Amino acid sequence: MNNTSYENLTRGIIRENPTFVMLLGMCPTLGVTTSSLNGLGMGIATLFVLILSNCAISLVKDLIPNKVRIPCFIVIAATFVTVVDLLMAAYFPNLHATLGIFIPLIVVNCLILGRAEAFASKNTVFQSALDALGMGIGFTLALTLLGLIRELLGSGSAFGYSFVEEGTETMLMFIMPPGAFLALAGLIVLVNQLRGADK
Amino acid sequence: MTKPIKSSAFNMALVLVSVAVFSALIIGSVYQLTLKPIKQAKSNRELEAIREVVYGDFSNNPYEERHEISVSHGKGKVVLFPARDENGKITSVAIKTYSKNGFGGRIEMMLGLLVDGTINKYKIIEQKETPGLGTKITESRFSDQFHGMNPGKQVFKVKQDGGDIDAVTAATISSRAVVDAINRGYKALNKLSMGK
Amino acid sequence: MSYLMIFITAIFVNNIVLSQFLGICPFLGVSKKISTAAGMGGAVMFVMVLSTIVTYLVYHGILLPYNLTFMITVVFILVIASLVQMVEIILKKMSPTLYQALGIFLPLITTNCTVLGVSLLVVQKDFDLAHGVCFALANSMGFTLAIILFAGLRERLAFVALPKAVQGAPIALITAGLLSMAFMGFSGIGN
Repeated sequence: MNNTSYENLTRGIIRENPTFVMLLGMCPTLGVTTSSLNGLGMGIATLFVLILSNCAISLVKDLIPNKVRIPCFIVIAATFVTVVDLLMAAYFPNLHATLGIFIPLIVVNCLILGRAEAFASKNTVFQSALDALGMGIGFTLALTLLGLIRELLGSGSAFGYSFVEEGTETMLMFIMPPGAFLALAGLIVLVNQLRGADK
Repeated sequence: MTKPIKSSAFNMALVLVSVAVFSALIIGSVYQLTLKPIKQAKSNRELEAIREVVYGDFSNNPYEERHEISVSHGKGKVVLFPARDENGKITSVAIKTYSKNGFGGRIEMMLGLLVDGTINKYKIIEQKETPGLGTKITESRFSDQFHGMNPGKQVFKVKQDGGDIDAVTAATISSRAVVDAINRGYKALNKLSMGK
Repeated sequence: MSYLMIFITAIFVNNIVLSQFLGICPFLGVSKKISTAAGMGGAVMFVMVLSTIVTYLVYHGILLPYNLTFMITVVFILVIASLVQMVEIILKKMSPTLYQALGIFLPLITTNCTVLGVSLLVVQKDFDLAHGVCFALANSMGFTLAIILFAGLRERLAFVALPKAVQGAPIALITAGLLSMAFMGFSGIGN
């Protein structure tokens, strides 16, 4: 693999992590991360949509007039979101029920349109797929990590496996809405601090 | 790179329409493919909850025999799933019932009643109660007390309202909502057997 | 559900931003000044009510009768995108003053998930048109209230000396967290 490909793949995972650095797609990030499994599920769903839409968009980019670019991108993204939505309803019904309205809302996740506009509309299919894979993995990691932290503090468990007895007092605030904001803030501070130390 | 297509009105319309047609084709075919699995998944989810709350085993498919009725005014529907033994006799009924009066809004549960209305068990399907307080309605420490009770024979209210049921400490509203949902299910059971 | 209850629940108890987590991007993005926050809020109110009416009619007039409900996401987002574009063009011609106030926010609204989210929720919750419009209005008011309060806090925060790592997004998120905690005090108000 040459340098550009490697760069395109890894950029999204850490250096330009969509959640911690670029702050894209905040709604699902905060909304569904009450547990690590929910975060993981949402991350993977977004990853699929992102890869499919990035590939499709870079495939047809030369056929789309500039002025109707955005509506076309939105329709393409919405198509794949619906596909993922239907597949999840069929094969992962429980996860589908938990993620609820956040699945159709993947369409308006700025991550999807952002990558379409900034990358897929200017690059080859292969590079766009790598970019989507990297960004998707970065997003999935971020959501899982945030979910894990909230689940550990809030319900005393990780990936559904509980560490505490039933009835133990845990830091419930972390699985409630304010905890989402605070946990994410904490993680971003940490990332900023580490990035600052790099320089 | 090829020359970009001009943004003429004709081109724009053509591209938009073809994108929309493609999208409809893809979604339409995936929809056809997933139609059956989605139905299956939905019935499995219900069956799982039914199996958990009814008394003993059943040999029919309660999901296929379901009845939907509305008990109070408004749009809320209660769904009854009769569970039959090998001889086709109804042993108990699983009832998907709800209350709108939870602390965080709607509470939905699958309730298992014997034919005479005696409670076997319930399982909360959906709730938005306060974690750590209201959510205790899902725990066995609270829910076990309902086993063997009958909303028609007991004073079916929480103790604060002069009834027989111990509410969860500091979550009276959530406990009341559970009682409300059970009452609704019990009424639905009576309504249906009277109609027969 | 009574109309009053829809308003109280949507604005305070289940605030769309602070407890439903919809529309976080504009909430964090355009909340540095109260005036821009108010502009954004106004634009969202306008578009959300309009798009809820249109998507409701499209859903019950086209999608439901022809059994096309699985196309809901694609159709709704297209309707919203073109609606926003149309509002922009009409506003430019009809009322330049209003266009100046709301204009720059309109393109941002297409990717604001509150609009699509509320349109989908109205259909999911099986509201009739009057309740749906009420729900949309209440939720957009909730959004406006949250973003204006938040902008007010951020204007003050601009004067505070903070460690470098906390500046920007983290302190905004912490503020939002505290605001969300304050709004939790409203929970259970419906009883």
